[in-house]
Amino acid sequence: MVLVALALMALDHRFYQLQTLRSILASVAYPLQVAVDAPIRAGSRILDSFSRHEQLVLENRLLRSDLMELRARQLRFDALQAENDRLRALLHTSAQATERVEIAKLLAVDLDPFRQQIVINKGRLDEVYSGQPLINAEGVIGQILTPNWTSSTALLISDPGHALPVIVARTGLRALAVGSGNPRRLHLRHVPPQEDIEEGDLLLTSGLGGRFPPDLPVARIVSVEHLPGQPFLAIAAEPLAALDRSREALLLWTDTPEPERRPAEPE
Amino acid sequence: MNPWMAIPAPVLLSLLAAFALTIVPLPSAIAPARPEWVLLVLVYWGMAFPRRVGILVAFLAGLFLDVLQHQLLGQNALAMALAMFIVLQIYPRMRVHPLWQQAVVVAFLVGLTRLLNIWIQGAIGFPPGSGLYWSPILTSALLWPLVYHILRDARRRWLLHLT
Repeated sequence: MVLVALALMALDHRFYQLQTLRSILASVAYPLQVAVDAPIRAGSRILDSFSRHEQLVLENRLLRSDLMELRARQLRFDALQAENDRLRALLHTSAQATERVEIAKLLAVDLDPFRQQIVINKGRLDEVYSGQPLINAEGVIGQILTPNWTSSTALLISDPGHALPVIVARTGLRALAVGSGNPRRLHLRHVPPQEDIEEGDLLLTSGLGGRFPPDLPVARIVSVEHLPGQPFLAIAAEPLAALDRSREALLLWTDTPEPERRPAEPE
Repeated sequence: MNPWMAIPAPVLLSLLAAFALTIVPLPSAIAPARPEWVLLVLVYWGMAFPRRVGILVAFLAGLFLDVLQHQLLGQNALAMALAMFIVLQIYPRMRVHPLWQQAVVVAFLVGLTRLLNIWIQGAIGFPPGSGLYWSPILTSALLWPLVYHILRDARRRWLLHLT
């Protein structure tokens, strides 16, 4: 039994052959997770139905004005997109990645409290794949770790084992945002002290890892410290998305075209 | 004898409840101190029906727990099987211990599984970096009397004829 357990662990850690076993067991676990999630979801729904009429009207009005504004922006966005495509065609570079977005619900279940992981209710049946980016309206949340058939486990950007290539929006400085185990903190590693970086700087995904599309908002710098004797700055950032409070997330499908080996020759 | 035929429904139901309690969301302040429900339930049934709930059951329950918590497959399975092995060695003595003494044994078993887990997680590179990691030892021992009484009542009501 001990040997079987050790063999399982070794296989699971080194290779990915146990994916099917995990998926099978996970589809057994899924009803249990839904059963645990259901009363909590029902509770918040009941609270919703008790919220006051005026409040709903107010919220509705706000949402409507938001929608108007977003529609207006969308119009401009479409025009810009068309223009961008035309310019890119002129430059003979490939068109930008086409995207598909789908909403996934987070199941209210706790995993290992010392890892930052979540369960969502979309799986391989919905074409979820490993490494897929997960965002919400505020910014990046994480990426899919293992897709099962009807659910998936995702790793949050705040997990200590997660590193995200980012750029500082103001200066274009590239860095690596590593999770800290605390959902409100990311750390920037290996930034030398002479770099221009300050509190309040916005971090965007750089798209260098190949998993996340570029220019998604990630976090805002909250403190920059230079400890004497240390070769790099100690930089803390706060994720823009409320990682520990969101109930919904957006799955992103990007058909990223093969990166071109060399830039197109200007004619 | 097929081991699955011999496991009575209340045992499976209590295990299911333990799994559910393991993933019920708690406020993040007390989530690290969540007691090891599955181990508590396994220890009780191992003590009550040592010939039915043995190492294999503990191993499978641990494997399911691995999937549920998305840890390395086999990590909890190994820990649970080992804890069950110890229970099977000492169950005649444990049965006659007073409750608080049983709780001490339970604390020891929880500590052992935690130790194995942190060792394995350290080996693959993600050691939990907080002393709170050990708090389930205390909470599990404190909740042992509760689990014991609930499961004993269940056993007396439905499973009195079994050994």
